Amino acid sequence: MVISRATRLSLRTLALGYLFVLVMVPLGLILFRTFENGLGAFWDQVTTPASISAIQMSLLIVAIVVPLNVVFGLVTAIALARGRFPGRGLLQAVVDLPFAVSPVVVGVSLILLWGVRGWFGGLAEAGIQIIFSLPGMVLATIFVTLPFVVREVEPVLHEIGDDQEEAAATLGAKRWQTFWRITLPSIRWGLAYGVVLTVARALGEFGAVLVVSGNVPGESQTLTLLVHARYIDDHNVFGAYAASTVLMFLALVALFLMTILNRKREDA
Amino acid sequence: MISVQGVSKQFGDYVALDDVSLEIRDGSLTALLGPSGSGKSTLLRIIGGLETPDSGRIVIHGDDATNVPPQKREIGFVFQHYAAFKHMTVRDNVAFGLTIRRQPKEKVAERVDELLKIVGLAGYQKRYPSQLSGGQRQRMALARALAVEPRVLLLDEPFGALDAKVRTELREWLRRLHDEVHVTTLLVTHDQEEAMSIADDIAVMDNARIEQVGHPRELYDNPSNPFVMGFLGEVSQLAGRLVRPHDIAIAAESVAGAHEAMVSRVIHLGFEVRVELMLTSGEAVSAQITRTEADELEIGSGDIVWLRAAGNSTLEAI
Repeated sequence: MVISRATRLSLRTLALGYLFVLVMVPLGLILFRTFENGLGAFWDQVTTPASISAIQMSLLIVAIVVPLNVVFGLVTAIALARGRFPGRGLLQAVVDLPFAVSPVVVGVSLILLWGVRGWFGGLAEAGIQIIFSLPGMVLATIFVTLPFVVREVEPVLHEIGDDQEEAAATLGAKRWQTFWRITLPSIRWGLAYGVVLTVARALGEFGAVLVVSGNVPGESQTLTLLVHARYIDDHNVFGAYAASTVLMFLALVALFLMTILNRKREDA
Repeated sequence: MISVQGVSKQFGDYVALDDVSLEIRDGSLTALLGPSGSGKSTLLRIIGGLETPDSGRIVIHGDDATNVPPQKREIGFVFQHYAAFKHMTVRDNVAFGLTIRRQPKEKVAERVDELLKIVGLAGYQKRYPSQLSGGQRQRMALARALAVEPRVLLLDEPFGALDAKVRTELREWLRRLHDEVHVTTLLVTHDQEEAMSIADDIAVMDNARIEQVGHPRELYDNPSNPFVMGFLGEVSQLAGRLVRPHDIAIAAESVAGAHEAMVSRVIHLGFEVRVELMLTSGEAVSAQITRTEADELEIGSGDIVWLRAAGNSTLEAI
């Protein structure tokens, strides 16, 4: 398609302007508000007990969710890419479900299942608290991040085919040896990309976690929940900006890794 | 000896192998020849343990291997698209089977160097498969398969993805290699010229069955049915019989049992001359004679000649 120079320039300006107004301006404003009173004020806001606890809580959830998603994601992706079994189509659909279901609905359904009056309510009565504490928040985060590893790894498995795995088998490699030496190295960039997406989503998840967390500062509040609580409940607008900046920083690290990994993945 | 005994295999409704039996001599290079979809690759994969037969048995050197996993069959398998381990160097690719078997490092390095010399890749140890040509990758794959000293070497269309020139070079090289290494080899191909030029024995397959097994010459001269005859070489039809074009004798004068025909076209292909003819019945026939014969006959289009089947490898046309 031939596009005139003028059209090309105006299209480019339109796209950049759109991004600028919708993405860069809001994010820039938060950065500006965060640091307009100097670094000291920012530091005070992000080192309060509630803030430190929220950062720890967010990182803890990530640390629990990522390994679980990696294991589940790899097993599911391999089953989907290599297996021929009844219910394969159904599994494909179920994996995508978290993309379709609203996070708030996820939270509510978890309460119906694990809450005091839910199916597994007995656990709560026995003193094992799932809802309004860490296990519930982890369950909610697992639910919303479940598709990422599967959806990044499965196409790579299809692309590399099973020739290399079969060759390894004929050379004497047992299944687990083939997995460690052949399959895993072949899908490593896809897997890493899935992990980064999982981390980014786990840090940013709001709705599902809000419903099941109880949202108690210093106890069951993630960084994302803290931003919301400070802004809406505490009317501590500056504190919300500061916490947002920490969240944004973590997201930027994730974005940076994503860009690098995406390039690696395309090279591989 | 590899013995395939009454093996059948179906994929859903599709019959890939229908009660196939075959014996492969020790130390031979046998070709499984057939059109695509004839079941030859499935048979090879079943012998290699990459597929399980629905019924029948595979016996390798006297041991029933039907339910033995590929890891324990002591086979080497070479794939059409090389199946190179892309994230490993040439050295690590070739060493893979030995490393899995926890052989001492010095011994592995020595064996890898030796094999790379045999396949003509000495000095390529530190390259990655992406830095090799297709022919080099396939030679690396062959070295990798030979490293574990397999009792049987199975090759699935090993030269199918290469261009014509490299393919011819590699198949001659494979024949020489086989004469040195003497490992029982089974090669799947759809290229009759490839099978004829390197195999000791050929098993011709069609429609999930083996049609005929024998020496290349034997199959060419005494095909058991029209399919085998047609798959191994060109075929002309002369008055209800199938005959090789070079087995049609052309005479300028009428002989007993000969059929009268008119020359419609003479095509010079260097040493060979192809003559297109038309019988009095209106049936078209293609014959192949040498240049010397053509010169002696002084053959030209419009001439009236007499044809007869000279060789003994003719079949009744269906």
